[in-house]
Amino acid sequence: MKIHFIIAALISGLYSQAQEVSNDSLKPKELKEIIVIGKKVPLAEKQSKTLSSIDEYLQKSIKIGMIKRGAYAWEPIINSMPTERTLITIDGMRIFGACTDKMDPITSYVEVSNLSEATICSGQEGACYGSTIGGSVDLKRNQNKFDQQKWDISLNSGFESNNRQKIIGTSVTYADSLLYFDTDFMYRNAGDYKAGNDKEVLFSQFKKINFSGTSGLKLAANQLLEASVIYDKATNVGYPALPMDVSLAEALITSLKWQYVPKNSMVKDWETKVYFNTITHKMDDTHRPNVPIHMDMPGWSKTFGYYSKAKAVLGQHHFLANLNAFYNQSKAEMTMYPQNPNEAPMFMYTWPDVRTFYQGIFIEDDYVFNCHSGIKFTAAAGQHSNKVASEFGLESLQIFYPEMKAQKNRFLKSLAINYHLDKPRFSYGFGLGYGERAPSVSEGYGFYLYNSFDNFDQVGNPNLKNEKSLEGNAFIELKNDKASLKLSSSYFHINDYIIAKPNATLVPMTLGANGVKVYTAVSYAVIWNAGLTTTYKLTPELKWNAQLLYTYGKDAQDVNLPFISPLSYTAGLAFRKNSYSAELTLQGNATQTRYSPSYGEDRTPDYAVINLGVGYNFKWNPCSVGLRVGVENALDTYYTTYSDWNNIPRMGRNFYADIIFKL
Amino acid sequence: MKRIYNIMATAATALLLSLTSCSSSSDSPVVDELANISKFQEMTNDTHVIELYSHLGGLQQGYNEISIRIKDKTTGNYIKNASVTWQPLMHMNMMTHACPYSEVEKVTPSGTLYEGYIVFQMAQNATEYWDLQINYTIDGTDYTAKDVIDVPASTDRRVNSFTGTDGVKYIVAYAEPHHPKVAVNDIIVGIFKMQDMMHFPVADGYSLEIDPRMPSMGNHGSPNNVAATQTAPGELYIGKMSLTMTGYWKINLKLISPEGTVLKGESITDTVTESSLYFDFEF
Repeated sequence: MKIHFIIAALISGLYSQAQEVSNDSLKPKELKEIIVIGKKVPLAEKQSKTLSSIDEYLQKSIKIGMIKRGAYAWEPIINSMPTERTLITIDGMRIFGACTDKMDPITSYVEVSNLSEATICSGQEGACYGSTIGGSVDLKRNQNKFDQQKWDISLNSGFESNNRQKIIGTSVTYADSLLYFDTDFMYRNAGDYKAGNDKEVLFSQFKKINFSGTSGLKLAANQLLEASVIYDKATNVGYPALPMDVSLAEALITSLKWQYVPKNSMVKDWETKVYFNTITHKMDDTHRPNVPIHMDMPGWSKTFGYYSKAKAVLGQHHFLANLNAFYNQSKAEMTMYPQNPNEAPMFMYTWPDVRTFYQGIFIEDDYVFNCHSGIKFTAAAGQHSNKVASEFGLESLQIFYPEMKAQKNRFLKSLAINYHLDKPRFSYGFGLGYGERAPSVSEGYGFYLYNSFDNFDQVGNPNLKNEKSLEGNAFIELKNDKASLKLSSSYFHINDYIIAKPNATLVPMTLGANGVKVYTAVSYAVIWNAGLTTTYKLTPELKWNAQLLYTYGKDAQDVNLPFISPLSYTAGLAFRKNSYSAELTLQGNATQTRYSPSYGEDRTPDYAVINLGVGYNFKWNPCSVGLRVGVENALDTYYTTYSDWNNIPRMGRNFYADIIFKL
Repeated sequence: MKRIYNIMATAATALLLSLTSCSSSSDSPVVDELANISKFQEMTNDTHVIELYSHLGGLQQGYNEISIRIKDKTTGNYIKNASVTWQPLMHMNMMTHACPYSEVEKVTPSGTLYEGYIVFQMAQNATEYWDLQINYTIDGTDYTAKDVIDVPASTDRRVNSFTGTDGVKYIVAYAEPHHPKVAVNDIIVGIFKMQDMMHFPVADGYSLEIDPRMPSMGNHGSPNNVAATQTAPGELYIGKMSLTMTGYWKINLKLISPEGTVLKGESITDTVTESSLYFDFEF
């Protein structure tokens, strides 16, 4: 099709920065990693593939991997830990996916064009908005400012050759001194993608629309009231790695925020938000051939919550306190239709209307010794309860746990301490942390959830203990004007590590399944990772960067944990001069030898792919135009990675072109 | 005799537990005796009208709990002090035979209902039918009433009648739950021996293994089922039946003798997908 677009240029900018906020002498150093996705204005200038999915942005972080079940809605894993052990929030809001098969991670309900950055915290540093083991990602939306009266209108459009993905979006923002609003609309429509060697991956299509709106009103010189809404609707989403697709994934995410920035006060910033979100998710097998038994599997998740967060400075102490709570309802059903139409449908609750209530407090004190060193304490505590609201669902689970009560209460704690020293040419830091988490709805209350990866039905266990993690982390960084080298490492010793284990006495429900696994806890598991990041400025315009990551994960019986990355590496050359940018990257994994057969993994061969992208910004009155074109997997390598569900092959060669017109 | 009382007690308790959870509270003077049951037939003689009730509002092949009331034709009052027996009889083309049935007992001392169970091991057909004779004594005077009753075939398999490997003829009937749930259900079963054409006493000391399966869904089973056993001779058998979802279930059974030998039924394996002894239902 639009091949002439692609041939047009061979420059690039696959350029998302893992940028750490610069430390001025009085501010505490941010240890967390912030991936800047791009403010509205700099979006066009900074990024190369401006309209890529948020997943593609996130996985550039050394801490984040992606479990892929198709072309869409990848599940982020932080420090090799999946959704249950992580905390993903949108502007501090807790949102829970409505799919029992994790086909709708929170990241699938926002669009990259809504967002300004993703704040990634490793381990207990991420406990600000709730309990976590692996870490957290807070997706921050664009925030406008009160300003002189101004309209910004832009039109985004993109095309990807491999799956003929068509992208069109608009962005309209307005600001004056008392009011602002920000709207963003995005539409994507993609067909099946082709793996390397032109092999079509059936059922990998998707279609989605996303609308995001934010509006702020200045109540007083230092007070802001902001309302926001996200509406996201994906239809006809194929999941080639799973036996079912998704006919509908729909989210409505709303919030109202009040922010107060006192002057001449110890309290610097006080922000309170109430929010509500509702998600409907419907799986669909009607397009699949040879379905032995047709089934409907809808799921719903509703969450109410609030947080009230204040920052204060007292001498050398920088305090942050966050009082937060949420109430979530998770419900999912399965109805199977026998081939004999006269037979009654078979119905069960796969999530028995579980109500989760959490009320917690998080406190942080960043104590700055002097201009280049400090120590940070964080502590969190929360009351967590689950209640099975459906009598039907409770009685179903009592088949397995006759003594089970409808409600279960837990108390969750977290504690961390970090020291850092930061000098112009040398910095290091280290920390210790302890955290706990409650089992997820699936782990505690799932009822015959089929896992197509290990081919087992999984049954939850309401008697699970809290999972407890003891972690240590350290980094050391050397840098000068031209080069930098950073070595960082995290170690997690997780007690009562929750994982599903086969129970030979149980008969699986799903046709052809190997058996039934029941969630249980192994005495402990260990996850360790070490990463090396280097940059080198060859010339002022040309920068070389490389990342190397080693990960290790085993349980107490020396069994490999699932989704542990083999040695992985990225290397890139980025060029930037005036309006031109270009980037060449090489990304690959070594052979996965420490795979975990009991969780359905097998040996994944090594691979390497090459991506190339170029960008050019120019003025085309009255518009400013940002053009990005490139090719991913340029050599059309046929490959799969350790985190591809059921070894589905990844996308083959893909040419893309993104264009942004800005008025 | 004592056995029959025990059966009665069990059946009545089970019925009460499943039907009227509030009836045990002694301070509630007004109990609706007819809650959860409906009248399906009246028999009359010169003096009385006998009303027949069941939870279904009818009878069917298999186990049936039947309640009766006796109304005095002249006064219109219900008789509370009768002693009642009954005799169901199948009139086949070549012969007649009875079936397993319990004594008939007052449900509550002050109430008007008399109750028992009858297990119709076969259904009526165009030329063969059941009738029921009710004999009762009021203040030393004997009365009787008799009528044909309607016993259609059940859509579910609720009763099995077979010859065990020990050469004895048995009847195994499903009694409860009336309305199975997705839960661990208390399953109540009657197991009877055929002594002769007219006598079918409760078989004591056996055990009935249960293996619920869904043939439409890969014949998957359910966990934590418990074989039905008696708590005392003469009683119905009680076990645990786990049903993990709604739909069509086949409850595969194995009848085990007091000595531990399998009298009827097979274990379910990959090749043996159903037992020759089973119940089934849909909910």
